[in-house]
Amino acid sequence: MSLLKTEHIGMTFGGLKAVSDFSIEINENELVGLIGPNGAGKTTIFNMLTGVYAPTEGKVFLGETVVNKKKPYQIVTMGLGRTFQNIRLFKELSVIDNIKIAFHKDMSYSTVSAVFRGKKYWKEEKEIDIKARELLGLFNMEEDANVLSSNLPYGKQRKLEICRALATNPKLLLLDEPAAGMNPQETKELMETIAFIREKFKVSILLIEHDMSLVMGICERIIVIDYGRVIAAGTPDEIKSNEKVIGAYLGQ
Amino acid sequence: MDKKVISGYIKNITAIMVVYAIIFYLIQIKVINNYYNGILILAGIYIIVAASLNLATGYLGQLALGHAGFMAIGAYTAALFAIAVDLPKYVELVAGLILGGVVAGIFGLIIGIPALRLRGDYLGIVTLGFGEIIRIALLNLSFTGGAAGLKGIPRYVNFTEIYFLVVLVIAFLFAFIRSRHGRAILSIKEDEIAAESVGIPTTFYKVYGFVVSAFIAGVGGGALGFYQRILDPKKFNFMFSVEFFIIVVLGGMGSITGTILAALALAFINEFLYSIDELRLVIYALTLIILMIFKSDGLLGRKEFSLIKLLNRFSKKTKIENAD
Ligand SMILES: Nc1ncnc2c1ncn2[C@@H]1O[C@H](COP(=O)(O)OP(=O)(O)OP(=O)(O)O)[C@@H](O)[C@H]1O
Ligand SMILES: [Mg+2]
Repeated sequence: MSLLKTEHIGMTFGGLKAVSDFSIEINENELVGLIGPNGAGKTTIFNMLTGVYAPTEGKVFLGETVVNKKKPYQIVTMGLGRTFQNIRLFKELSVIDNIKIAFHKDMSYSTVSAVFRGKKYWKEEKEIDIKARELLGLFNMEEDANVLSSNLPYGKQRKLEICRALATNPKLLLLDEPAAGMNPQETKELMETIAFIREKFKVSILLIEHDMSLVMGICERIIVIDYGRVIAAGTPDEIKSNEKVIGAYLGQ
Repeated sequence: MDKKVISGYIKNITAIMVVYAIIFYLIQIKVINNYYNGILILAGIYIIVAASLNLATGYLGQLALGHAGFMAIGAYTAALFAIAVDLPKYVELVAGLILGGVVAGIFGLIIGIPALRLRGDYLGIVTLGFGEIIRIALLNLSFTGGAAGLKGIPRYVNFTEIYFLVVLVIAFLFAFIRSRHGRAILSIKEDEIAAESVGIPTTFYKVYGFVVSAFIAGVGGGALGFYQRILDPKKFNFMFSVEFFIIVVLGGMGSITGTILAALALAFINEFLYSIDELRLVIYALTLIILMIFKSDGLLGRKEFSLIKLLNRFSKKTKIENAD
């Protein structure tokens, strides 16, 4: 069974049709690339999948369930995690608090237990403290636990955002242009990080990216959209030689 | 619970009791006379309401401009209750304050749900209107005493009562903020979309945080009635709400200890400026502007003043000095 499936979803903003007739299916252990020129509708697709926008047409399935009307926080609990094109960290909070917030949904102690510092409070707080530090450790960031997240260098901010998304324990991870603003060295490290995540967390990844070498290098399957429509789909080699794709990217 | 936590509790409780004993003694021997005692009590009420506003604005990031309205609801509810029933003092006091808080919280819920479901600063406009409606309603209702005010409220609040009420409220807020619920509230101020994307039910927490804030403001209002013995609806105007706002900004958005310092300072300054009432708010505005220019995040920013850290630093220093 697929993790995620969409049937002909579309999104209209006022008169503007940002995305139309978009269908996709993602299975376990896949790494799929979503590419297209600026304004093609890639981020809009992510927003529809994660519940930020309700699609104006079609259906989104997570497993068997239709999630069109679910709120983003509900969709996260169903195993869909994401990052944002313009990094959205909790800037004025520490690195570890950024992660702990993502563990919120796994915790259950009440306000009363919090205020009276009950047994459950200590137990759960201790557990997530350990889990959060372990997770940071996997990304060589345990040293930064108490740093204000806005004080991290750019590359680490991207990494922290991915790390935070992983803390929600997703089955499918959506990455929106994770290499944006990175230099070649950072991009190379990012590719290694992505490979590591797949190996370690057994998640599928849907990746939006402008950096062709990155997409072609790591994706098994690529979907190309232009003006909100799919213009090509296939393996990196098929995409490379596809005339429509070349046309869209070179503006013929 | 580890040892460090317990020793922290002990240090804090000791500090709270020592400060109480000192002030209480100064009141007994009349070093703090009735006049200053009164200012201290008002300062306590300011601390409670301003801290509640800090929860809504400093931590949750929602502009709330009608806390005088919640205070008024709490004050009138508690006072009417105490006048109506005939129970022992502390039963009436505690039940009255809780009741005042609950009714204020219910009003918070009623205006919070529609206003907070939307993104953006709708809450500012709604709370502003709410505060005015409450004031005008109180002026015109007969069972609240109308424009003449509500008289004959028992005096249940003195220094001791207000001191421990402040301690209770501050302890509650600290414990609340430093929990998963508090982190959820902080994350909303930081970035609502990101918070939602990692599993925080943002609408729930916005409403929840706001209702808790309204509840505490209601408790503060109740205490005001039990201290003043008379409630004048004209007191709960927009400028009163603005004063709490000024305290929060002065002390630092997201710093409870900053709020305490600013509330104390303002309560005293208020008294000294009483004779030039028209100029009071001009002076506040100027203070704010000057502060914004030189220290735009308030006195303490987001930091908290910690007695324990201070003591630790002090004891470390003396240890080093002893060592050589
Ligand atoms: N909330 C919105 N309201 C109105 N129009 C929008 C909204 N969000 C996106 N659009 C429009 O939809 C189109 C697709 O935008 P989208 O952000 O999905 O593109 P993208 O493929 O992610 O582009 P980029 O590579 O620049 O990130 C654009 O024309 C954009 O202006
Ligand atoms: Mg985009």
